[in-house]
Amino acid sequence: MTRRQRTTELAGLGLALLLAWLVIYPILVVAGDAADGAALREFFTRPGEWAALWASIWISLASVVLAGVIGIPLAFLFEWFDFPGRKTLGALIALPVVLPPLVGVIAFLFLYGESGFIARAIQAALHLEQAPWRLQGAVAILLVHAYSMNVYFYLFTRAGLAKLDVSMLEAAQALGADARATLWRVIVPLLRPSLVGAAMLTFMTALGSFSAPYIFGGGFRVMTTQIVATKLNGDLPLAMVETVALAIVAVVGLLILRRTEGDDILVALGKGIAPRLRPIRRSGIRRLATVAGWGLAVVLLLPHLTLLLVSLVPYGVWTTEILPPVINFENYRRLFSEAERLRPMLNSLWMAAASTAIAVALALAAGWLVVRRRVALRRVIEGLLALPWALPGTVFAIALAITFSVNAPLQLRFVLVGSAVILPLAYLVRALPLTGRGMLASYRQLDPSLEEAAASLGAGRWRTLARVTLPQLRPGLAAGASLAFVAALGDIVASIVLYTYETRPVSIEILSSLRLSETGVAAAFGVVLMLVSAVVLGVGTRR
Amino acid sequence: MSAFLKIQAIKKQWAHTVTVGPITLDIARGEILALLGPSGSGKTTMLRLLAGFETADGGRISVANEDLTAVPPARRRFGMVFQHYALFPHLDVGENVGFGLPRAPDRDAQVAAALGLVDLAGYERRKVHELSGGQQQRVALARALAPEPQVLLLDEPLSNLDPALRERTRRELRQVIKRVGITTLFVTHEQEEAFDLGDRIAVINSGHLEQTGAPDELYEQPVNLFVATFVGRANVFRGPSARALGATGDGVLVVRPERLRFADAGLPGVVRERRYTGAAAFFLVEADDKGRFEVLAQPDAAQVGERVYVEATRVIVLSENGTRP
Repeated sequence: MTRRQRTTELAGLGLALLLAWLVIYPILVVAGDAADGAALREFFTRPGEWAALWASIWISLASVVLAGVIGIPLAFLFEWFDFPGRKTLGALIALPVVLPPLVGVIAFLFLYGESGFIARAIQAALHLEQAPWRLQGAVAILLVHAYSMNVYFYLFTRAGLAKLDVSMLEAAQALGADARATLWRVIVPLLRPSLVGAAMLTFMTALGSFSAPYIFGGGFRVMTTQIVATKLNGDLPLAMVETVALAIVAVVGLLILRRTEGDDILVALGKGIAPRLRPIRRSGIRRLATVAGWGLAVVLLLPHLTLLLVSLVPYGVWTTEILPPVINFENYRRLFSEAERLRPMLNSLWMAAASTAIAVALALAAGWLVVRRRVALRRVIEGLLALPWALPGTVFAIALAITFSVNAPLQLRFVLVGSAVILPLAYLVRALPLTGRGMLASYRQLDPSLEEAAASLGAGRWRTLARVTLPQLRPGLAAGASLAFVAALGDIVASIVLYTYETRPVSIEILSSLRLSETGVAAAFGVVLMLVSAVVLGVGTRR
Repeated sequence: MSAFLKIQAIKKQWAHTVTVGPITLDIARGEILALLGPSGSGKTTMLRLLAGFETADGGRISVANEDLTAVPPARRRFGMVFQHYALFPHLDVGENVGFGLPRAPDRDAQVAAALGLVDLAGYERRKVHELSGGQQQRVALARALAPEPQVLLLDEPLSNLDPALRERTRRELRQVIKRVGITTLFVTHEQEEAFDLGDRIAVINSGHLEQTGAPDELYEQPVNLFVATFVGRANVFRGPSARALGATGDGVLVVRPERLRFADAGLPGVVRERRYTGAAAFFLVEADDKGRFEVLAQPDAAQVGERVYVEATRVIVLSENGTRP
């Protein structure tokens, strides 16, 4: 081994240890603490715990089914058929996935909630004494999940369909298969990796979902809300056991789904020619498709439009009217002129920026060590980078809260809870899979001969990095970084466990505004969050 | 001939079973040497060892008596044209060509001169992906030549071009290199390309240097069966067939298709196929021992199914184990 190789291997070891300390160590601490004691007994004997665990599981599975039922047909419609507005609508449908979950949830609340826009309209139209419904419990959670998570199925299925080689469909037809047989014997098997991927993502997201159960759950508890409630009640040992239980469900679920994935056979066969779009010719059906498409877009955008409207209504003026009597920018003025309201905005911005910057730097180092230098620990590094994706955010929030509330430098535990460091650290852990995945993929696609060409032209290591490697990695880097930034900006899962008054982020401020019935301010925060997220993602994912 | 680029017993161990080298080669100043070998023979490894992208496990590389073995690629001053050109997609043509040039007031002029050399004057602001394959290849050449390297390395420089373009580009490439007068080493697996471009050819197989020499030397006096069959078309005869063509003893006879002709006596056989190429035709003849060989002759020299006799006008005699006796 040369000296240079030794240095790289040491760097690889250092990175692996740092990642392990961030990602695995806190969970091991929690698992160790949870394994002994009365809390374990308490968990097993209290029916509420089992109910919450079971609720998490069935809500997640039902979310997968509902999201699939909506997302898959949509994907076929937009990938195979042509009708006016197809392109615009196709992009709009993907919108909910890029917005912070909390924003979507409060938008939903303002639109479909019992004092929301629609309920109010129906109440007024029918002269009812009470709101026509209460949006609460499992049904409400599933509604929100189906609304936001069908996008995973939509995007994955479209990507799978786009890779489908038209000659395979023609071959099936030439061999005498009718449309149904082609669908079930050719298309569905070929789409399986995409569908399983979407199911995995939906399951994980639904299992870790916090905003929807927190806002709409009422007495209905799932594991994430249960854990936070236990933690807020101060019963730390029980919270730890619950955390471990949720982590186990996540890992088992992921493993079961992984088994059904199969190889990505489409990749193995190479890219084919996508089927030509089928224009809908019959004018009646064409009109119907257009109307349905645009109607769908309105339904999808309505929550966000409602949010915008609510944000323009000053405090206390909108009581029983169908439409708000006053509209102005008062809420936004308050947002930006009151120091106590501006603060969470600035908190969120700097914490998201700091965590993203560090996550990008770590991903860059990982990409170089794993792909270019192929260090011995490359699989370990890759696994550690991906792990935070596999576990719900609440698990990490509790793990960090417990690990870093003790001062034991020899165990590498420090008191960080209550300081300004803990939230960026939590965001960083959640950001690692986002930046890591993009960076490793970009690094793998990067032709090594570009770097060699730079070297042969006399460029040293740093000049090559700055002028050749980084510009080439920029798209993957920017996409990963913008996703990480937006996730941190809108985070509520980790924030609600770890925030202090001084470091409170926007999401916490939105919740407290809602609690004070300051719906206008909450909505204005949501709109700002939405706009910043959209701009960051728009810039970051531009090619 | 004084050696400018000296490669002395250079060696690279990939795995326990795969070794490239030790290879020793001397290249004169201004000479174009073709490194010819089948894929997997280690010729690209040789090139990468020279460029400094791989570290040798033994041996020495020197240019003008200066030891470069441990010098990193960035300070070696070896220009390289990559197989897929490795043009920087985020930079335009001018920025690509100027990449290796120091910041100086005359940098633009140097870029223009380099582009002029490859007949792409005025292409500075073009995007790389707007260029055709042939143009990209020339930009890659201009970029490698611009910093005035001591040695030019080319990795399969023409393999990405379509056949029609390849022949023309080959001649242009040789003209540019000769005009600059740079010492050049290029890797190829195509014999025709090596013959056309190289002053001298080094044939490499399974990590070993088989023979070095001028094209006609390799073609007429190959040192072993590998060189004889890899460089140019060759028929291999053994035993009675070889003796029928005039061999004595148990040697192996290698005969080029154009050195065989139909005659009244000699090696008997039946014409099985005729491949017409216009000026001539290749006749696939099956001897009585079922061995098959090719004869290049006038298109009407024989017909399929005809019984013929073949004699050799010139043969290459190798010993029983396929080396030169």
